[in-house]
Amino acid sequence: MTNVTMTVNGKSVSAPAEGRTLLVEYLRTGLGLTGTHVGCDTSQCGACVVHVDGRAVKSCTVFAMDVEGSDVRTIEGMANADGSLGVVQQAFQDHHGLQCGFCTPGMVMTTAALLAENPRPSEAEVRHGLEGNICRCTGYHNIVKAVLAASGQDADAIAAQ
Amino acid sequence: MKPFAYHRAQSLRDIPDGATIIAGGTNLLDLMKHEIATPNTLVDISHLDLNRIEPEADGLRIGALVRNSDLAADPVIRRDYPVLSRALLAGASGQLRNMATTGGNLMQRTRCPYFYDLRTQCNKRAPGTGCAAMGGVIRNHAIFGASPDCVATYPGDMAVALSALGAEVEIAGPDPRRVPVADFHLLPGNTPHVETRLRPGEIITAVILPAPVTGEQRYRKVRDRASFAFALVSVAAVITMVDGRITRAALACGGVAAKPWRDPECEAALVGREPSDALFEQAASLMLRSASSQEGNAFKIPLLRRTLIATLRDATGLEPAP
Repeated sequence: MTNVTMTVNGKSVSAPAEGRTLLVEYLRTGLGLTGTHVGCDTSQCGACVVHVDGRAVKSCTVFAMDVEGSDVRTIEGMANADGSLGVVQQAFQDHHGLQCGFCTPGMVMTTAALLAENPRPSEAEVRHGLEGNICRCTGYHNIVKAVLAASGQDADAIAAQ
Repeated sequence: MKPFAYHRAQSLRDIPDGATIIAGGTNLLDLMKHEIATPNTLVDISHLDLNRIEPEADGLRIGALVRNSDLAADPVIRRDYPVLSRALLAGASGQLRNMATTGGNLMQRTRCPYFYDLRTQCNKRAPGTGCAAMGGVIRNHAIFGASPDCVATYPGDMAVALSALGAEVEIAGPDPRRVPVADFHLLPGNTPHVETRLRPGEIITAVILPAPVTGEQRYRKVRDRASFAFALVSVAAVITMVDGRITRAALACGGVAAKPWRDPECEAALVGREPSDALFEQAASLMLRSASSQEGNAFKIPLLRRTLIATLRDATGLEPAP
């Protein structure tokens, strides 16, 4: 085991890791940041999505050592400074974009990365952008509405079209 | 996953003999979790300076570490080689495209379920043990170039577009050279574990695109669901027309062989002709004359015929895109 250092949610952190330690294990076990979930462990479901240097990646399919020195953001870093829900989180709550909530951290992180790249996506672009995230509860409709609302668009009007 | 020594390479020379190379890792991590790949030493090249897209002769040089998402979004690629951008965006998901690299995508392994199932025979995973896919469930297997030892396919989309574009793979090592993407992957024969022309001690450093071709480019992918699935069949088409006649045609098919499948006779049959359904039926018959299937993948033959004809109709304006 060696100590691996990176920036997580704006703070410099260090925790022991082996070569085979996955980024998601490093976050959950090494740092106690259990908001990032492990669903499939095979890079299909998207529950483990975090940002590495601003990009959405599946943390079950990245070695911690590979991203040593990187700037990582997790769901724990998505709230506003005063502790209130961030824009994307609030939109998921307002539009019932979650039921059991297991997929939600990955959905929120993917959405934030999508909107950073494409601030006013069409519904089709949202659906394409979320193709790496699986939800077994909602049927996706309210998630898509939440993403459109988080982008400042009138989700109900778009859905009614 | 078995433990291994992790080493972050500082240069291309900083790769020990026998080490396994990792870049984006999107396929290799799965193989390591399944213990199909059990490297003793893993060399991470992802921090090397091989991530630029730059002009080369009349075309482009794409560094081996350019991420799939960056390649798909590159304005020059979108303008001059749109079939490549379309093929990339048809594969995987955004998060995987953010990690997956150009070189790694060429090196990805088959998704044959028997290759991943350590309890079954597989000549690719364990040479000489046999092929459990023969007589097994072979829905997603090859209809071209298979052998009694292996019916697995190369699963990727990117290489199908690169093959149609006439791209080359730049290889560094004791014998530096360029190999056309169309020749890079090998048919299984009796050595299905040897999948590419890359030899031990060699590494892909770039993919070279030739000068752009005037005309229409299409990538059509057919899969079991609308997103995040490998191709059952796919077709990349690069078609040039002058005065209503086809003057140049490049067609590569994905999901149907251990390599992107091209057929020079099929392409030649299109040249000099006006687009018509009769011509496209004839071209599809030429493409499919060497196809063979078992019960489980017999559907791929009519599926590829229809996909090929639909792509040609779309590319030549015989029918607008759906």
